[in-house]
Amino acid sequence: MTTTDPSTTTRAPRGRRRLGDVLFAGGAQGSGILILAILAGVAAFLILQSFDSLAANTANFFTTSEWHANTREEPAFGVAALAFGTVLAAAIALVLATPVAIGIALFIVYYAPRRIAAVLGYLVDLLAAIPSVVYGLWGIGWLVVQLAPFYAWLETYFGWIPLFAGPVSTTGRTMLSAGIVLAVMILPIITAMTRDVFLQVPQAHREAALALGATRWEMIRMAVLPFGRPGIIGGAMLGLGRALGETMAVAMILSPSLVISWFLLQSGNQTIAAHIALQYPEATGYGVSALISAGLVLFAITLVVNMAARFVVSRRKEFA
Amino acid sequence: MAKRIDVSGLHVYYGDFLAVENVSMTIEPRSVTAFIGSSGCGKSTFLRTLNRMHEVTPGARVEGKVLLDDQDIYSPDVDPVEVRREVGMVFQRPNPFPTMSIYDNVIAGAKLNNRRLRKSEADDIVERSLRGANLWEEVKDRLDRPGAGLSGGQQQRLCIARAIAVEPSVLLMDEPCSALDPISTLAIEDLIAQLKENYTIVIVTHNMQQAARVSDVTAFFNLAGTGKPGKLIEMGETNKIFTKPEKKETENYITGRFG
Repeated sequence: MTTTDPSTTTRAPRGRRRLGDVLFAGGAQGSGILILAILAGVAAFLILQSFDSLAANTANFFTTSEWHANTREEPAFGVAALAFGTVLAAAIALVLATPVAIGIALFIVYYAPRRIAAVLGYLVDLLAAIPSVVYGLWGIGWLVVQLAPFYAWLETYFGWIPLFAGPVSTTGRTMLSAGIVLAVMILPIITAMTRDVFLQVPQAHREAALALGATRWEMIRMAVLPFGRPGIIGGAMLGLGRALGETMAVAMILSPSLVISWFLLQSGNQTIAAHIALQYPEATGYGVSALISAGLVLFAITLVVNMAARFVVSRRKEFA
Repeated sequence: MAKRIDVSGLHVYYGDFLAVENVSMTIEPRSVTAFIGSSGCGKSTFLRTLNRMHEVTPGARVEGKVLLDDQDIYSPDVDPVEVRREVGMVFQRPNPFPTMSIYDNVIAGAKLNNRRLRKSEADDIVERSLRGANLWEEVKDRLDRPGAGLSGGQQQRLCIARAIAVEPSVLLMDEPCSALDPISTLAIEDLIAQLKENYTIVIVTHNMQQAARVSDVTAFFNLAGTGKPGKLIEMGETNKIFTKPEKKETENYITGRFG
């Protein structure tokens, strides 16, 4: 058998094509393509619509903080302060929420009695269902009032850390307040994700650690956290994604100004999402297009964050 | 190093369910004791009471005494964590930590006992343990590779290395070869014969030839009946159990006639 007929060998044997299979495969494929199409459509819309104002912009879009876009003559605007505020607020939220979320998840899965764990898990899920505007109301109506004296205390004792330098905002409507409310908002997402991966840690790994004479905490460090790491990062990134794009709560709490400021206890800073929401109703001239260009930046930031997260998760895949 | 295990009147429960009833036995140091018996007769459950792994299952508890030399491991002032450092365990399925390298797997337990382990000491422990598990030659050039990348038999020997790195006095093995091919099984059996020099070894096995090959003493467990607890039927020198057992039940089991 040195020669074979290519027409009989290259073609895989084809079974009868069943209508159900064809429909299902087509539907699944279509859904997959739809995602790509939506993503591409949004990106195309943002790029096309922002082009108008970016071309007319007299200032450097990436280094300017001011926002004079509601005009037809010589608009000058940039996203420097907005992008900075967006990332800062989300970073504060992430730093505050992630350890607490891991703690709650560990408590639910490994420490709490079963009944308490079930109730707690349910409460965390409930927290996720609260609309962001309600968080905003809670933040401005109650939380910032409670936080103001705490901020004064922080400034008195930790004012030497530049982040906490005064003069402290007396209203409490600061970046740190926004970050705290965002942290509460993303807490349930991160907790739910981490709890799910902790539940998936194979019993074999946990018993391996215990059999070596690990205490419960050592078992968690040896078997649970390393195994759950991709899930923790994934959860944190989902939370970060929500924090970056969160609009209402920030718009309500923060007293905005377009500056780049590291002083978390002073009023100032603004995020892209809140800025778009507040400015859109009054946008004239190049205003709308300029806001869309800010949206494009937000879109890009979220995309980069997610890609970075995937990179981190997959980096040590052979060990997972 | 190796210690004697003395069990008296041990009842093992899952909640209210009595799984194993009234076991008393003595396991001599530097010997291999095999537990045989049909599935579900409680031999693995009983094995897990010897290092207090049984109580990891919610609701699980025991009544009775287990003496390790002269120390009752179930006395109230004994920390189960300490017991498990003294009584190592190898599981049915190889379970190296998937996120750790071969090196880190071996040193994982030893690190718990001694946080500030110097690099040279750690290297020594890793090499000694891997040599002890007959794995050193195969992995010495790739200690930084993931432990999960080894073959099943190598993974199981890695788990044995990890267990002996803690320098326990007893090594419990819960069907250590049931997930392995015959060649790997042979390697583990050879290893057990070597480890016997330094440890008290207890092995649960479904494979009667294996029990006959590796053990000095064999204990036969059986259910008292459907839904009834498991019991120790007979225990004695392996030779005797496999040639002239005293109980009819044992003879039926080893000759393949159940019931």
